Amino acid sequence: MNKRSSWALPYFIFLLIFVALPLVLIAIYAFTDADGGFTFANFVRFAQEEETINTFVYSIEIALITTALCLLLGYPAAWILSNSEFNRSKVVVMLFILPMWINMLIRTLATVALFDFLRLPQAQGALIFGMVYNFLPFMIYPIYNTLNKMDKSYSEAAQDLGANPVQVFTKVTVPLSMPGISSGVMMVFMPTISTFAVAELLTMNKVKLFGTTIQENINNGMWNYGAALALIMLIIIAITSLYTDEKENAESSGGGLI
Amino acid sequence: MKKFFAKAYIWLLLTLLYAPILIILIFSFTEAKVLGNWTGFTFNLYTSLFSGGVSNSLIKAIENTLTIGIIASIFSTILGTVAAVGIYNMRGFRKKTILLLNDIPMLNPDIITGISLFILFIAVGITQGYVTVLLAHISFCTPYVVLSIMPKLKQMNPNTYEAALDLGATPFQAFRKVIVPQIRPGIVLGFILSFTLSIDDFAVTLFTKGNQGLDTLSTFIYADARKGGLTPELRPLMSVIFIVVLALLVVINLISKRNEKTIGHNS
Repeated sequence: MNKRSSWALPYFIFLLIFVALPLVLIAIYAFTDADGGFTFANFVRFAQEEETINTFVYSIEIALITTALCLLLGYPAAWILSNSEFNRSKVVVMLFILPMWINMLIRTLATVALFDFLRLPQAQGALIFGMVYNFLPFMIYPIYNTLNKMDKSYSEAAQDLGANPVQVFTKVTVPLSMPGISSGVMMVFMPTISTFAVAELLTMNKVKLFGTTIQENINNGMWNYGAALALIMLIIIAITSLYTDEKENAESSGGGLI
Repeated sequence: MKKFFAKAYIWLLLTLLYAPILIILIFSFTEAKVLGNWTGFTFNLYTSLFSGGVSNSLIKAIENTLTIGIIASIFSTILGTVAAVGIYNMRGFRKKTILLLNDIPMLNPDIITGISLFILFIAVGITQGYVTVLLAHISFCTPYVVLSIMPKLKQMNPNTYEAALDLGATPFQAFRKVIVPQIRPGIVLGFILSFTLSIDDFAVTLFTKGNQGLDTLSTFIYADARKGGLTPELRPLMSVIFIVVLALLVVINLISKRNEKTIGHNS
């Protein structure tokens, strides 16, 4: 039996080279200058560059607004889906999940097309609409999953014990669906904070997000500074994932799409 | 009444979600340069897309997308299948470490994966191009292969492999004749997932494609859109992609439904 565990060795080496090492390299590049000497200069520069700081804060705001809107729109949808006759045929549920698998760029350009078609201006409103449109399925899916698996007798018990529908919802349904909410929040917040092309295309370059700043620096050969900015983004993401502490990873449940 | 509102809400969201895609689909049947102008129904955009009436670089980008997708998913499937068998037989700390490493590419945002690989290739001094894109795609596809196969291995009876060895099969023969047939649905699912992820990828490709003019469909569309306005031929192309992805999804669903059924059967 033990000999077969060595079959994982090639993949382990592959993971070390193409997953672990690159992340270590980001950290190393972030703390060195162009000549390879140790320095904090990249982070000092970030703290002093007003435009970058503004973009950074603005990106977090946009990501928070998008996540909040997705939750506000997505939770009722997931709840209705898990509670009604939609749940029996699964076709409607599937329709909500499908857009997750269509290329983000194509979906974004389709949104641009919609705005063009309706002759709407491509500004901040377009950005938020486009982001919500892009990421809403990622919120609905995990929440729907937990609500669907939830034992309905809990809410019935609460009802029998005299809770009104609002109380049942806030004291039973919402707390029990927390794992779904937190993984939905993660699945929306992470891509919105790290996106770059989506914002560029939606606003015709009028609005710049942090991802674009990172990409521009990397493209212009400022690898060390770019790596420092990437590290900052990575830390933000690590902090949020600690907060939401993903108990249920929607993708690793392995049961297919629906 | 409450039910009516609930239903209306669902259909309203769906309409909003699909409106952009529908618009692209509809306007792929008219020739107008600017989207939103209807100049009569025609298949011209489709015929020019498929008869090579479009620019060479678009054809090249489609070719690259497909060949990279196929090669990357073949390599990922082989690497992931062998790895999954190994990981399945591991215990304790080593198993945890490799599974953690396996999770990283799935949890990392695309832009971080892209930049980290970009810096790797810069640090090692490899010219970026077709090969680096391939390596990058293999690195983010393989974890999904491993995860599609692991559940199938858990369902398998481990004694059958030992029996094959006792009956004189070499470990490779036993793997090919005993293990592979039992985990085949997982392998197929992993392959299709890899292919879908690969042809869908944008950010990682953008960072690892170098500056030798290599483009996949995503990076081509990106460059095209940034120049202002989409090439009209991209509308039928996007429609075709949408339909293909739709078909692949149905297949993935059927496979995993069947997997679920066998799980239910065995336990």
